[in-house]
Amino acid sequence: MGQSLFEKVWDAHAVRELGNGQTQLLIGTHLIHEVTSPQAFGMLRDRGLPVRYPERTFATVDHIVPTNETIEPYSDSLAQGMIEELRKNCAENNIKFFDTNTGKQGIVHIVGPEQGITQPGTTIACGDSHTSTHGAFGAIAFGIGTSQVRDVLATQTIALNKMRVRRINVDGELGPGVYAKDVILHIIRLLGTQGGTGFAYEYGGSTFDNFSMEERMTVCNMSIEGGARVGYVNPDETTFEYLKGRPYSPQGEAWEAAVERWKFFASDADCRYDDIVNIDAADIEPTVTWGITPGQGVGINESIPSAEDGATQSDRESIEEALEHMKFEGGSPVKGKKIDVAFLGSCTNARLSDLKEVAQYIKGRKVAAGVQAIVVPGSQVVSQIATELGLDTIYKEAGFEWRAAGCSMCLAMNPDKLVGDQLCASSSNRNFKGRQGSPTGRTMLMSPLMVAAAAITGEISDAREVFGMGQPVPA
Amino acid sequence: MASEPIQQVAGTGVYVPGDDIDTDRIIPARFMKCITFDGLGDYLFYDVRKTEDGEDKKHNLNDPRFAGASIIVSGNNFGCGSSREHAPQSIMRAGFKAVIAGSFAEIFYGNSTNLGIVCVTATSTDRQVLAKAIETNPELEITIDVNDHKIWFGDQYITCDMRPGARDSLLRGTYDPLDELLQGVDAVSETAGKLPYMSA
Repeated sequence: MGQSLFEKVWDAHAVRELGNGQTQLLIGTHLIHEVTSPQAFGMLRDRGLPVRYPERTFATVDHIVPTNETIEPYSDSLAQGMIEELRKNCAENNIKFFDTNTGKQGIVHIVGPEQGITQPGTTIACGDSHTSTHGAFGAIAFGIGTSQVRDVLATQTIALNKMRVRRINVDGELGPGVYAKDVILHIIRLLGTQGGTGFAYEYGGSTFDNFSMEERMTVCNMSIEGGARVGYVNPDETTFEYLKGRPYSPQGEAWEAAVERWKFFASDADCRYDDIVNIDAADIEPTVTWGITPGQGVGINESIPSAEDGATQSDRESIEEALEHMKFEGGSPVKGKKIDVAFLGSCTNARLSDLKEVAQYIKGRKVAAGVQAIVVPGSQVVSQIATELGLDTIYKEAGFEWRAAGCSMCLAMNPDKLVGDQLCASSSNRNFKGRQGSPTGRTMLMSPLMVAAAAITGEISDAREVFGMGQPVPA
Repeated sequence: MASEPIQQVAGTGVYVPGDDIDTDRIIPARFMKCITFDGLGDYLFYDVRKTEDGEDKKHNLNDPRFAGASIIVSGNNFGCGSSREHAPQSIMRAGFKAVIAGSFAEIFYGNSTNLGIVCVTATSTDRQVLAKAIETNPELEITIDVNDHKIWFGDQYITCDMRPGARDSLLRGTYDPLDELLQGVDAVSETAGKLPYMSA
């Protein structure tokens, strides 16, 4: 019997079994940022330990960087302190840092792939749960805590339990106006926010075969919202094509050898999965969350559930709590909810393809009065290319604010925050209470084009109607 | 820096109701603008406990009857969301030693275990019994027996579960794995040597 990619990569990186039965797993590539690494460097200093493989750690700054001021010192002295701490730690330990003055800074999960650091058949860890993004390349990539960041810095390994593998097939063509974001929101709605606990999700099927790398990244990114710490897609020609010629990709003869090696890691046709889920692409609608977990989503033409729709007592309580926070009536349509803010950004959806796709539809349109719409490119590279293509002008003419790269309003560790109970149409990944900076703020997750549709109409709308993408099929 | 073996945890409890208690709820991101974990205990469940004006909300975590509790009882998928160790760090620094939940998110579970926070699962019915017992008698001493998979309170007990690796490392005092990982550095070099991308 063959092996899955997960098993092959795991076996290649398993160093030994530890006393408690966990595996000491080699982390080939380590990514760090300013929020979850300073304490780890502090722990190393306390113990007098060096960084063992400094050339295998790469840093950037993303969570705290302001997107509306680029001159230091930043007005937020805590943010300034954090960026300086990262600079110091990288300099002292010879770690490559994609700083704000390099033209390559950005959200860590956008920078890694963009630079060709993210490669198939590797293990990648970062003190950030959306590290699952890198699985799009056929890597086993996952978020770790700060003590584990310390472990990786000191030993290039962590202690980990092996996961089971669930294959998720999505087959067929997505309808017009249905995107990778809708695919993952649909999967989480179907399998729940804890359905993936203990699993690595392997995504496949014809829909994924036809996806670009950026679409695959969007899906893998939100694996963790479904409870799966790891999500991946087997590497194929699309993967190799994306990586060819990137700064950290193997060059020349090494490239051919690398591609051969990468092909080996793809799951064998006869491998065994612990579970298999099949989804028909035609069943996926533009999906919007109405609640306070990413699993609380509905198709754009559906209604928000009422407490009595919950299957169990705890479901009913969860729905009630969500409705109370969101200030929504159970049974009301999701469409038509008035928004205050539209956020197009985050490691889920702030890549060039996202910005290009939306730009072609908003050209000549205007953001509704009273709505603040902001675009935060995922990296300086994305921003640079988008600007060369004139996308920034299209957004600005439509009334969007065009900002500098960073995590921004996805988690509001910089000045970009909701105020009071503002409702935000967001292309990000979490709709938790308070996630966007205001404890009473409200977040609805959706695809970038649905964010744009909401920005232009001032309310949650069906992008297919707003942009004339063909008649929506009633739910 | 070997850690102390943990056979059992004892103390009073506090019930934090709800499923999907996420890491933003445990520690809102705005309190992570720091370069050490010191002082994070003050911000545990901040927005659950406080209004936007900084006033106390009516919540078990503000109720003086449960002050001094060291065991949290909660719902399913506790700790979902981010990988921020700030979440278990704030739980630990606020004086909590254990969490009893229906289930845990994976990254949170690992982060907590590495710190020696005992995370155990129990059924919904059993957790309701325990929550009622705490409500009736906030002074009730609760003892989680790691070895025996039992949670004792008064003269009754409920059974609990934990991941085998976590249980073993708590009992052996190896939940902070760094020393053991360091012992394997030669084997690490060997594994790394077989991977072209590690030596490129």
